[in-house]
Amino acid sequence: MSALARLLLLVLLAFAGCQREERSFRADPVATESIEKVALVPLSPGPSGPVTDTSGKGKEYENNAYHLAQGKTLYKWMNCNGCHANGGGGSGPALIDDLWIYGGSIENIVQTIREGRPNGMPSFRGKIPDDQIWQIAGFVRSMSGNVPKDAAPGRDDALHPRPAENRTPEFPPVSGGAPPPR
Amino acid sequence: MRSAKIAFASLVALFASFACLTLAPAQPGSPGPMPAPPASAAPAEDGQWTMPAKNHASTRYSGLAEITTENVKNLQVAFTFSTGVNRGQEAAPIVVGSTMYVLSPYPNILYALDLAKPGAPLKWQYNPKPEAAAQGVACCDVVNRGPTFSGGKIFYNTLDGNVVAVDAESGQEAWKTKVGNINIGETMTMAPLVAKDKVLVGNSGGEYGVRGWLKALDANSGKVVWTAYSTGPDKEVLIGASYKPFYDSDKGQDLGVKTWPPDAWQQGGGTVWGWISYDPDLNLVYYGTGNPGPWNSDQRPGDNKFTSGIFARDLDTGEARWFYQFSPHDLYDWDGVNEQILLDMEWNGQPRKVLVRPERNGYVYVIDRVTGEVLSANVFGPVNTSTGVDLKTGRLQYVEAKKPQMGRVVRDICPTASGAKDWNPSAYSPRTGWLYLPHANLCMDVEHSSANYIAGTPYVGAEVRFKPGPGGHRGVFQAWDVRQGKTVWSSTENFPVWSGTVVTAGDVVFYGTMEGWFKALHARTGELLWQFKTSSGIIGQPTTYRGPDGRQYVAILSGVGGWAGAVVAGDLDVRDGTAALGFVNVMRDLKDVTTKGGTLYVFRLP
Ligand code: HEC
Repeated sequence: MSALARLLLLVLLAFAGCQREERSFRADPVATESIEKVALVPLSPGPSGPVTDTSGKGKEYENNAYHLAQGKTLYKWMNCNGCHANGGGGSGPALIDDLWIYGGSIENIVQTIREGRPNGMPSFRGKIPDDQIWQIAGFVRSMSGNVPKDAAPGRDDALHPRPAENRTPEFPPVSGGAPPPR
Repeated sequence: MRSAKIAFASLVALFASFACLTLAPAQPGSPGPMPAPPASAAPAEDGQWTMPAKNHASTRYSGLAEITTENVKNLQVAFTFSTGVNRGQEAAPIVVGSTMYVLSPYPNILYALDLAKPGAPLKWQYNPKPEAAAQGVACCDVVNRGPTFSGGKIFYNTLDGNVVAVDAESGQEAWKTKVGNINIGETMTMAPLVAKDKVLVGNSGGEYGVRGWLKALDANSGKVVWTAYSTGPDKEVLIGASYKPFYDSDKGQDLGVKTWPPDAWQQGGGTVWGWISYDPDLNLVYYGTGNPGPWNSDQRPGDNKFTSGIFARDLDTGEARWFYQFSPHDLYDWDGVNEQILLDMEWNGQPRKVLVRPERNGYVYVIDRVTGEVLSANVFGPVNTSTGVDLKTGRLQYVEAKKPQMGRVVRDICPTASGAKDWNPSAYSPRTGWLYLPHANLCMDVEHSSANYIAGTPYVGAEVRFKPGPGGHRGVFQAWDVRQGKTVWSSTENFPVWSGTVVTAGDVVFYGTMEGWFKALHARTGELLWQFKTSSGIIGQPTTYRGPDGRQYVAILSGVGGWAGAVVAGDLDVRDGTAALGFVNVMRDLKDVTTKGGTLYVFRLP
């Protein structure tokens, strides 16, 4: 490979890195809320399945190392880990497995965090700014390996609880999960 | 023929009740007569089991002796019943007259079974419909430790912080009083104790920055008569002129404020989710306070009064008489809420009124229940976190090298956060003078991190990972000589023993394992006499009673869960060792041996 080609490759690689960390600096204020049309279930009358319409914001957050790293920090700051541990679960269900009661898409998870869920998931609406909810949701997706490996956070400094997000095998979401005990 | 049988059975029962009253002779060479519960707190055997601890002295001893070490091998299932809820079943089935009361974990449905009819059919059920959201703020599975009976009513707590009274005959709700608030992380899981006309209840939520309290409710109206907080100013802790603790470190004004950084007592824990005993002669109630919050001890320099200790309070007014702190400035989540067995025994030749407390920090304490003086504190399991209890100051002597730190993993700390022994209560037999101790053999790695207080969410600040203790077995069931302060025999279990136990005048002791075995051991030798495999792991409290047919029965709820069994009950992911506050790391294989359940098993001889 010629020196020029090598240089070109390096420059290209550097640019790829830029995209990995690309972000908009003016995030939505707390008061505004993104609206995504998602369904909680795969079932809908008729052969075509539920009607959904998402803006693409989810992909933007999931593919972005900065957002995922922020999400990882916020996951602890907001005490998500108190109920879900490092994804294995506690009073709340496991988040690193493939079973999702309320949907495993980033849009579903944003809804879960915002609205709360009946059996003990608190509603964080008005407590966490919208863009941070997206960051946390992106990170939650990374815990089950559902984001690009090059964007996912690396291993913790802290006591090593499980494989790091960027080394976790992918567990595509399956609807199911623990049914509520009633 | 039939009436002859009944007559014989009642004769056996009568004899059994005498056995309970007369003190068995002391063993040769042992110091002093056999310790026995005060008669006022442990009345003669009547064949019922009306409260989880059996009596106010909390002996969990039954005077029934139809089932013996000889015939226990013939035990058979008499009937079963599904609680309809597949979560951890910690409750004690209780029996009043010819009715059994069974309480499910959340949603806390109370079932009344008619013991006078074949198969013990359902008489009625009562559903308090607790708030579903309460499940999120229950740290360690959605358990309940049982209902209790008094004066024609069944009393119990619901996960969402209500105390209910239900008419024992009709199943109609007599009253319902909301005392806890899930939005600040308060739940209720403990079994109330009724003494005279007061229902004593306490809160859970030590992992959520809840401020602990004990409340006395009027049994007839459900009105709160007094509230005694575990932290805060003296007037809210109900500390006044009659407060006379034994040790200097518990003396002083407003220690519930001054032994904390400014305002930290407001989220300081000291919840009251364990066991209460009552001495009618002294009119004192005894109960423990939970761990201080958060677990990260660097965030709360000071002794953190009045957490991880034991209070003696006047039943009528709630005023504190004395307090003793098992684990001052607790470093390890060592709730001080275990059972206390009230005994009268000889100590250095003098008769003393004592209480015996197997504590989470690994010591069995013998405490003078009049003064709060610690008479002895002996180790009953592997401990490397302390070197002993200084009997002059009463203080636990911590080992510096095992103190958890911020940003550094401190390894092989024994015992764990769940303690050498957690909530699951022991039993005392006045026939052997031994305490029967179900417990765990576990150690842990801990790293502290800074905890962020957000009301209604966990307030912990620790990454934890449990592991098996020395020897590799995770559970122990042992007999402990109360006078000598040492182990007599012990039997190991693969998994932590998370069930309670009961010991009988037939010298049989019952407990269950997390694999699902319900076992009967010889109370004097520890020999396994009988076992039965139930449908799920056992973490419940066995009880025994005389049925309307005059026969002795033994009851246990099977259904794994609780903190230790959360890995199964909550479908947790075993790849994360820190799941369930670190317990999952040592319970991964529980998923291979048992599944969720919720079934009552009742046994009797053929
Ligand atoms: C007080 C405990 C608690 C806290 C704090 C908490 N959760 Fe939950 N979470 C739960 C419980 C309980 C559920 C199950 C709810 C249900 O089944 O209805 C849940 C459900 C969820 C789900 C849905 C899982 C599925 O299978 O569909 C997600 C995602 C989730 N939580 C993420 C979070 C995040 C992110 C945070 C922090 C912002 C958080 N949780 C904070 C208790 C908690």
